[in-house]
Amino acid sequence: MSHAIITRKLSHSFAGKQVLNNISFEVQTGEIFGLLGPSGAGKTTLIKLLTGQLRQTDGDAELLGTDTRKLGAPEHRQIGTMMDNFGLYERLSVYDNLLFYADICHVPRGRVTEILKGIRLYESRKTAVSKLSKGMKNRLSLARALMNDAKVLFLDEPTSGLDPATTREIHAILAEQRQKGTTIFLTTHNMFEAESLCDHVALLNGGSIVEYGEPAALCRKYNYLNKLRVTLKDGEVVLLENGSDSAPQIKEYLEQERIAAIHSTEPTLETVFVELTGRGLD
Amino acid sequence: MDMVAAIFKRQIKDTCKNKTIFIQFVMFPVLTLIMNKAVKIDGMPDNFFVNLFATMYVGMAPLTSMAAVIAEEKEKNTLRVLRMSNVKPQEYLLGIGSSIWLVCMLGAAVICAAGSYGLREELAFMAIMAVGNFASLLLGAAIGIWSKTQMMATSITVPVMMVFAFLPMLSMFNATIAKMGKITYSVQIGSMLERIDTLHLGPDNMGIVAANVVVFTALFLIAYRKCGLE
Ligand SMILES: Nc1ncnc2c1ncn2[C@@H]1O[C@H](COP(=O)(O)OP(=O)(O)O)[C@@H](O)[C@H]1O
Ligand SMILES: [Mg+2]
Repeated sequence: MSHAIITRKLSHSFAGKQVLNNISFEVQTGEIFGLLGPSGAGKTTLIKLLTGQLRQTDGDAELLGTDTRKLGAPEHRQIGTMMDNFGLYERLSVYDNLLFYADICHVPRGRVTEILKGIRLYESRKTAVSKLSKGMKNRLSLARALMNDAKVLFLDEPTSGLDPATTREIHAILAEQRQKGTTIFLTTHNMFEAESLCDHVALLNGGSIVEYGEPAALCRKYNYLNKLRVTLKDGEVVLLENGSDSAPQIKEYLEQERIAAIHSTEPTLETVFVELTGRGLD
Repeated sequence: MDMVAAIFKRQIKDTCKNKTIFIQFVMFPVLTLIMNKAVKIDGMPDNFFVNLFATMYVGMAPLTSMAAVIAEEKEKNTLRVLRMSNVKPQEYLLGIGSSIWLVCMLGAAVICAAGSYGLREELAFMAIMAVGNFASLLLGAAIGIWSKTQMMATSITVPVMMVFAFLPMLSMFNATIAKMGKITYSVQIGSMLERIDTLHLGPDNMGIVAANVVVFTALFLIAYRKCGLE
């Protein structure tokens, strides 16, 4: 199967309020797919539709070749989902949580220690989940989602609000999963995450996909956003179009000997996003 | 069966760490031990406090804890994760139910030990409590399934629990209440416990408890049809 996820004109509304609008995309087996969008764009709703937690009001979606409205035990065995502190028992220890899911997923109990060391939570194994830091909870939540060796992972903002070190750790775990051939569907509003991690991204805004492609290709496509950043000797920074229209202005600065530095700024996913939606991601 | 066992074990651990639930299983047994030793009034029937607290316990602890546990798992989405991990509804309910029932029975054993009973009476006491706890649990499960959040479960369990826990005591003071209270399982459990030495249970006792169980089962099924475990 070349596609792990396919959606066609997928739409969803809550009590008449349209939240997702004609979403069509495909996620290839084995890739990391990033769904980018600001808060409220509909990212979590889309994950809920794809994992069968919600039923779309219109359109179709397939997960591993099965209509997402008909997901059953065989499909659920092959997916892992991480959202909020999804599935963690706050009062129980880190170890007891994983032990429980090991039993539920028929994973040998011996593997729990191994997993704990893998996510560097072995030292904190006796700590109650409610006492963990956000980064630790996210790692535990990820470990829980990885427990059943899923073919497809759904990760809802796996790194939001985390420090750079924990974010790197999570990225390393995801890269390792990808090596093993796991398909990963993640949502994020972190552009750097998307650029460095994802094979393909879709930009979601107000319930619609406004752009889709490889991160690097998208940046190239929007290369016209390339600007010249002129820093003047008095500290002022001026952004100019990278084109002949800017020549008189630059000539003037040169004649006045006011220029301290000139740089060209390549478009990032962030600038592409702002160009497309008129607003930033945060 | 391994799913049931896993859920059972997890719930035992969680019950011990959940203060608001755990206190229910400790409060009445401890109260019984203390009151039974400390308070002696002339003319007070044998095992007065044992019967009183056992009856309140049966109307309160299983019902509120079962409802709270299920509602919390719904609210915090852990139940959804279990459903997505192929845990069947009956496996879940059996695991949670048997775990809470067992803890209820441990509490009942302490209350029983506080009384002055012979072995035969002790066995009868535990058998009566086993049935009472089961009925109470069933009603708690219906409320838990019906509720979307813990708050909602509490707002239902508090009045319901008041009725079942306090009717037996109020029945002692007021004939009208006694008449109406007779139709509840907790009053019948209390009346069976009072006459435990004769081991003579009238058909009305068992009949009314059985009728309660039938009604609670119906409520449970209605709640389950309507809400499932979603
Ligand atoms: N259960 C719900 N009922 C009504 N509206 C909802 C519900 N869940 C989400 N929404 C609305 O749908 C929109 C998208 O939400 P969500 O998918 O959570 O966005 P994101 O995850 O991208 O931040 C928001 O406007 C949100 O208020
Ligand atoms: Mg979200």
